[in-house]
Amino acid sequence: MSTARAAAILLAKELRLEFRTRELLSATVIFALIIVVLFSFAFDPTPTESRRYGPGLLWIAFLFAGSLMLQPSFAREQSNDTLDALRMAPVSSFAILLGKMLANFVFLSLAEMILVPVFAVLYNVSLSGIVSRLVIVFFLGTTGLVVTGTVFSAISAHARMRELLLPLLLLPILAPLLIAAVEATASLFMEQPELDRTWVAFLAGFDIVFLTASWLLCDFLVEE
Amino acid sequence: MRALSPTCARWSEAEPVTLSSAGTTVVPFTSPFDIRFERVEKRFGSLTALRNMSLDIREGEFVALLGANGAGKTTLLRIAALLMNPSSGRVRFATSTANAGKAGVPGGNADTADISQPEAKRSIGMVGHSTLLYDELTAAENLIFFGKLYGLGDIVTRVPTALESCGLASRAKSLVRTFSRGMRQRLAIARALLHGPRLLLFDEPAAGLDRQGLAWFSAMLARLRDDGCTVIMSTHARNESLDLATRAISLAGGRVEHDSGSSGDPRDLLSQLRAEARVEN
Repeated sequence: MSTARAAAILLAKELRLEFRTRELLSATVIFALIIVVLFSFAFDPTPTESRRYGPGLLWIAFLFAGSLMLQPSFAREQSNDTLDALRMAPVSSFAILLGKMLANFVFLSLAEMILVPVFAVLYNVSLSGIVSRLVIVFFLGTTGLVVTGTVFSAISAHARMRELLLPLLLLPILAPLLIAAVEATASLFMEQPELDRTWVAFLAGFDIVFLTASWLLCDFLVEE
Repeated sequence: MRALSPTCARWSEAEPVTLSSAGTTVVPFTSPFDIRFERVEKRFGSLTALRNMSLDIREGEFVALLGANGAGKTTLLRIAALLMNPSSGRVRFATSTANAGKAGVPGGNADTADISQPEAKRSIGMVGHSTLLYDELTAAENLIFFGKLYGLGDIVTRVPTALESCGLASRAKSLVRTFSRGMRQRLAIARALLHGPRLLLFDEPAAGLDRQGLAWFSAMLARLRDDGCTVIMSTHARNESLDLATRAISLAGGRVEHDSGSSGDPRDLLSQLRAEARVEN
C-alpha cells in the first residue's frame, strides 16, 4: 500500500474520531478565542497598534492552540495500545506520522478559520486584499507548526511527564518558525501590504527541512 | 456465535512476496513460514527480559508459551510481532522454497529464504493485553479501518462475517466503549484474524472471556490449528485451550526452561506445569 493511501486512511480515522468526540477542536478554539478576546479588552488597541502587535498575538494564539491540539495526537493512541496495532499493520512508519500530521493540519486550520475573522473584527484589521497572501503565510506557518509538533508529540508520547515535555521540546525549535511567520504576517498587515518573500522562503525552507527529517527518522519516532 | 470461518490466508490466493535480502526474487506465498529466534536478547536498562534465546518454530505448530510473571513471554511475543527490536540477536521469518537457494539470499540456508518485515507483517495477527481497538469507533468501523490498513479488498463481506463469527453482529454499530470486557476481547480477536494471518500471537487471550466466549475461543483455536496456522499462545497452565497445543515451551528468567520440541509430546510438560501450578495455589 502506498504511503499516501495509508495516510489518507489514517486521516479519515482521525477526522471521524475527532468529529465524534470533539475533544480537541472545541477546547482549542475556545482557548485561542479567549486569548484574542482578552487581549482585545486589556489593551483596546488602535488600528496602528493592531497592525504592530496583531501578528504576534495571532501566532501566539495559534501556538497555544497547536500545543493543546498536538499533545494528544499520539498520547491518545496509548489508551488501548492502538499505536501497536498501527505499527503491526503493513504500512510505513511515515504513513502513520503523515496521517497524524494531516489530521493536525486540518484541525489547526479549522481553528484558524474561526479565529482569524474574530481577530479581524476585534482588532479592526482589514483583511480585504490580503486574504490569498495571508493564506500562503498561514499555510506555511501552520505546516511547520504541525510537522514539528507531531514529531515531538510522537517523541514525548512515551514519556512520563509528556504534558511538560512537549512544550519544552517544541517551543525552542519553533522559535525561528514563529519569528518568520510573525514577520511575514506583519508585512501583510502594513498600510501598504506586501508579502515579504524572504520570510516566506524561510518558512518554506523550515517546512521542507522538518518534513524531510521526519521522513528520514520516522522509524525511530514511531517505534517503541 | 457460530464457528469461525477459515481465517488463515490461503497461500494459493495470496500475493507473491519479494524476499528482503535478494530484493528481486519473487516466490509464490505457498511455502511454510517458520519463525526463528537466533540468540535473541532483550534488555530494558539493567533488566534483561530475554537471555540468549534461540527457538525455531515451524509452520503449523501450536505453541503453548508458559512461565511465571516476568519470565519473558510478553517480550518474546512482542519481538515476534515486530513491535520490539531485540537488543542483540535477530528474528527471522523464513519460507522454505527451492527457489531460495538459487536466489542466493544472504543469511538464508540452501532451502530457506527470509521474508521481509513488511511482508511478514501481513502474515501476523496479535491479541495482546490491550484490545488494540478505538473506543470511540464502532465495532464495524474498527474492523473496516484495520481492514483498509491491511489492504483487504473484500472488506464489505469480510467485516460482517467477522462480526457474526465473534457474536457481535447485532452490536456492529455500537461504540466499542459501550462493550463489556468480554465483548471487547472477542472483537480484539476478530480484529487480529481479519486479514487472515498465518502466524497468530496470543498473549493471555482468554482474559475477560465468559464461559460462552471461552468455548467460542477454543473452537476458533481448533479451527486455526486445523487450517495450518502457526499459533504461539502465552497463557497460564490451567487454560483448557492448551490441550490443543502441539508444543509446550516454558520460560523462566528470560530463558527457555523446558521445551517439548517440534516433534515431542507437550502433554507431559503441560501436566507437570499444571501440577506445579496447583501446588503453588
